[in-house]
Amino acid sequence: VKTDELVDLLAKDSPSPWPFRSILAGAFGSGFVIAAIVFFAGIGFRPDILEALGSSRFLFKFVVTVSLALTAIGAALALGRPDARFALRGLMMATAPALLGVAVVLELLAVPQSQWLPRLIGVNARLCLTLILLLAIGPLACLLAALRQGAPSSPGLTGAVAGMAASGIAATFYAAHCTDDSPLFVMTWYLIATLIVTSAGYLIGRRLLRW
Amino acid sequence: MTTSSRDSDWAVWMRAGMAGDAGAYRRFLVSVTPHVRTLARSRCRGSGVPEGEAEDIVQEVLLAIHLKRGTWDQTRPIGPWVAAITRNKLIDALRRHGRRVSVPIEDVAESLPADDRTPELSTRDVDVLLAQLRPQQREIVRSLSINGSSIRETADRLKMTEGAVRVALHRALKALSVVYRSSPGED
Repeated sequence: VKTDELVDLLAKDSPSPWPFRSILAGAFGSGFVIAAIVFFAGIGFRPDILEALGSSRFLFKFVVTVSLALTAIGAALALGRPDARFALRGLMMATAPALLGVAVVLELLAVPQSQWLPRLIGVNARLCLTLILLLAIGPLACLLAALRQGAPSSPGLTGAVAGMAASGIAATFYAAHCTDDSPLFVMTWYLIATLIVTSAGYLIGRRLLRW
Repeated sequence: MTTSSRDSDWAVWMRAGMAGDAGAYRRFLVSVTPHVRTLARSRCRGSGVPEGEAEDIVQEVLLAIHLKRGTWDQTRPIGPWVAAITRNKLIDALRRHGRRVSVPIEDVAESLPADDRTPELSTRDVDVLLAQLRPQQREIVRSLSINGSSIRETADRLKMTEGAVRVALHRALKALSVVYRSSPGED
């Protein structure tokens, strides 16, 4: 194949692809909708949801999960481009862990030591892991499919960050079901679930996101 | 031509191309090609890969630029984006030759275009490449590139709709990029 023939061929392939930003935004939205459907069809709000809305511990869970989802999707957008400028976006992903760290310190100061372990273990730990993983499947699939349209220089890292964004979406829904509101519980079980989804994203991304 | 004016020409052509102006898009590709070629040749030389392989890499880069053009953020300069695609593909290609390499980020627009006394023929045999496509895709690629027919002429001749030819062409290009990526290029 002569190169100028190839150029002719490429120029004739006219319909332009969607901008990568729109594709990724669409995937984020679709992932959110899928998680919402799973949530409302099979999981649902905790029974005392109205009272919970008055609890700062309950509301704070959403601050953490939403900031994880938003900072991670921003980082994924940067990583999906070949000329990624990841430093700032990567740094912003520290927001959720930093907020959670502060909340954990406040919780340790606020409750007596005898309460630490019971709050950390909670009543829903196994369910928490299972449901977050279940809720994350749809968003992760959407994000990885969108990132395949990208051109990431580091496929594994990009997949891992997509995993974090999917965890953020999943945890946001799960948090509305879960009655364990202590930051100690979130720091432990939400974190483990997030690490599992992130690892899955890394392993799949390393294979799937090469281009 | 200075780097920045070249960069802004590329950006203007690419933007027009993304808006549907095939002529502008072609100008962009034609203008980028010699710069990519210079980098590919110098990398091949530097890593002991036969320089004949360089043209394969050039074509692989052009295909990637084409298929991934949606990842260019139109608010940012296009030179670094082209350079990043080129760099990624160079690393992949040289790695396939068993060379561990690091390719420094260079502004492709700064590299001097290669002079074209050497033929631009890829080392890979046309038929070997095309044989990897499905028969209909192969026919369309032949018609559009080697015979230089238009989409419409090709559609008429193959009794297909123009839309179907476009879809088949796009699939064929995707398939070609997979062929480039997977074959070691040592044949």
